[in-house]
Amino acid sequence: MREDVADVLIIGAGASGAVMAWSLAETKMRIVCLEQGPLMNPLTYPSTARDWEARTQGDFATNPNIRRLPQDYPVNEENTPIKVANFNGVGGGTILYAGHFPRFHPSDFRVKSLDGVADDWPIDYATIAPYYAENERMTGVAGMNGDPAYPSDNAERTPALPLGLAGDTLAKGFNSLGWHWWPSDTAIITEERDGRAPCINLGACGAGCAQGAKGSSDVTYWPHALRAGVELRTRCRVREITVGNDGMATGAIYYDGDGNEQEIKAHVVVMACNGIGTPRLLLNSTSQLFPNGLANTSDQVGRNLMFHPYSWACGVFEEEQDGFAGPHKLIRSQEFYETDENRGYVRGYTLEIQRGMPPVRTAQTALRLGMVPWGEGHHDAYRKLFKRTTGMVAVCEDLPEAHNRVTLDPNMTDSNGIPAPKIDYTLSENSRKMLDHGVARSTDILKAAGAYEVYSEAPIPYGGWHLMGTARMGKDPKTSVVNEWGRSHDVKNLFIVDGSIFVTSAGVNPTNTIQALALYVADQMKSRLANLFD
Amino acid sequence: MPDSFLTSSERETLTILADAVIPESVKFGVPGAGDPLIVEEIESDAAKQMPDISKSLNELEILAEQFGGDVFSNLDSTKRCIVVEEFRSAHPAAAAKIGNLVVQCYYRDDRVMRSLGMELRAPHPKGYEVPDGDWSLLEPVRRRESFYRRTD
Ligand SMILES: Cc1cc2nc3c(=O)[nH]c(=O)nc-3n(C[C@H](O)[C@H](O)[C@H](O)COP(=O)(O)OP(=O)(O)OC[C@H]3O[C@@H](n4cnc5c(N)ncnc54)[C@H](O)[C@@H]3O)c2cc1C
Repeated sequence: MREDVADVLIIGAGASGAVMAWSLAETKMRIVCLEQGPLMNPLTYPSTARDWEARTQGDFATNPNIRRLPQDYPVNEENTPIKVANFNGVGGGTILYAGHFPRFHPSDFRVKSLDGVADDWPIDYATIAPYYAENERMTGVAGMNGDPAYPSDNAERTPALPLGLAGDTLAKGFNSLGWHWWPSDTAIITEERDGRAPCINLGACGAGCAQGAKGSSDVTYWPHALRAGVELRTRCRVREITVGNDGMATGAIYYDGDGNEQEIKAHVVVMACNGIGTPRLLLNSTSQLFPNGLANTSDQVGRNLMFHPYSWACGVFEEEQDGFAGPHKLIRSQEFYETDENRGYVRGYTLEIQRGMPPVRTAQTALRLGMVPWGEGHHDAYRKLFKRTTGMVAVCEDLPEAHNRVTLDPNMTDSNGIPAPKIDYTLSENSRKMLDHGVARSTDILKAAGAYEVYSEAPIPYGGWHLMGTARMGKDPKTSVVNEWGRSHDVKNLFIVDGSIFVTSAGVNPTNTIQALALYVADQMKSRLANLFD
Repeated sequence: MPDSFLTSSERETLTILADAVIPESVKFGVPGAGDPLIVEEIESDAAKQMPDISKSLNELEILAEQFGGDVFSNLDSTKRCIVVEEFRSAHPAAAAKIGNLVVQCYYRDDRVMRSLGMELRAPHPKGYEVPDGDWSLLEPVRRRESFYRRTD
């Protein structure tokens, strides 16, 4: 049988894998991407049927241990107050993401220098800024230029998402306190673009966008990458990356959709399996040369897991708000983004407005928090809430801590028998204080906006949708896994481009940065092709 | 859904329990969640999302025997209430899951959606109208000096 050889093997077809495939395609190398999940069919997304909300608790649940699709791997989450949210399929987490798409700030790359905590990144905002712009152009982002909380960027944006009734309500609250707010940069197009139709306010962004307006990477980068000749193999789950005697990666062993073991050879391996999947695969790739897992001589693989603890506050209003119609994200506030020592913690958070809730979610949230009773009184209590709530979350910067980590579970495996990841994570004192501050300030805003009742929760237990830090970037091979352009310190033809390489998490959603970094790493690779492994 | 997913007595227990979560309302003109059409949906969703629901219904029956001295369906409404409360405190996770299933099916029923003023359809392909909003509210923020933290 002829050997299966790729020039570049990409593992994972999510946010960062898609970027890599597209960017490297112009080299005309043979690029193969292995993805454990399927290619999605938007015609079958939940919002196309009446039971759509039920499916968000079933095959479109955000937690893999609830969803349990054949392509999902289990995660041992017993020792973490924040549970993992992901999606395994072409598009990865972007299939379910809300599309909130802010950039990091310049200060986010300089945490150690500015605040004396964690580490500085080995790159800065200016280096990554052109890649943000390119990523925003490829993805399609709605928003508005001129936010005083950011350096000016001249980014290409489609008109901002509608404020709606909820936006008007909350904007008045912010204004009465004199606090910052701005239309969110959101990866949801409001005008036709790149053959994709604009948003029609389905309000079901979190369960795949049947309209194609949300920039999940299966509808943004992948069509271009495939047209350019990249080979995407779905339902192929990688078990381990293989290495030669010279310490270079030689390819991967994977299981195809029929469960058959296959091997592919590759000159370059790029990992894009996210902040849990990548350390899991590295730790599963042991050999004589790398007995503690591939690329792990620093013992940093799996460590420094950051989630972004989220607080949530929801106000109840006399007047009708938008309900669930429209994208969830409309405005954000960065009034409390930067460190202010008077607050008792370092770093800060973005307030991200959540528009409203659909009927079932309204009832389920209300039952969980005791806002509506079982039995007598259910209807009156429910009708006070339905279409009459709006609120916000605080996306809190999580700092890296070595003991927050991904390891391999000694007993749990996926359907192919591959050891599953285990998470050990504790909420730091700093995060706890930041969450409390987030709830308190959100409550102020909601009350100022006219809410007569406020409910809150912190941290959101099933809110581990941002997976970062577990194979971090740095100049020193003793304390980091990849160098400043994404190449493993230990294995010179192994690259990592997903959220694992984050040094710190900032107080914003990560995907714009994950993808901008992937574009940057791809450019670095292209510009060094002649001496990539030196 | 397999025909035999729930036995008829389990279905009867589920029906009463669903009504205990959401009773009928004359005021709003809506059925209780124990309505046969809604229970059919609950059973169908339970088969996918709570395959072990029978076990929980059985726990409820044990409590009915303990606190009411009979099967759940034979108890009067006062005793049923007591048993339901005992069930919620002894088996909070199962009770919460059943509560979730009940509301998930209830709030997609035609009669209920109509009474909430909703159109009887899936979101896609028609979508919804959302007013653009009052962008003049942004004026004070536009006037604000740039305030991001400088790094140099
Ligand atoms: C509900 C939800 C809401 C979110 N909202 C936002 C938001 O508003 N804004 C934002 O910025 N981010 C959001 N996110 C996070 C966002 O989705 C992720 O940051 C992003 O997708 C991560 O990109 P990635 O490339 O690191 O990994 P992913 O996109 O997760 O892709 C990893 C891919 O690798 C595949 N894979 C893993 N292991 C293997 C293996 N062994 N073999 C083969 N394939 C494998 C997986 O199947 C997956 O497709 C959200 C996520 C969720 C789940």
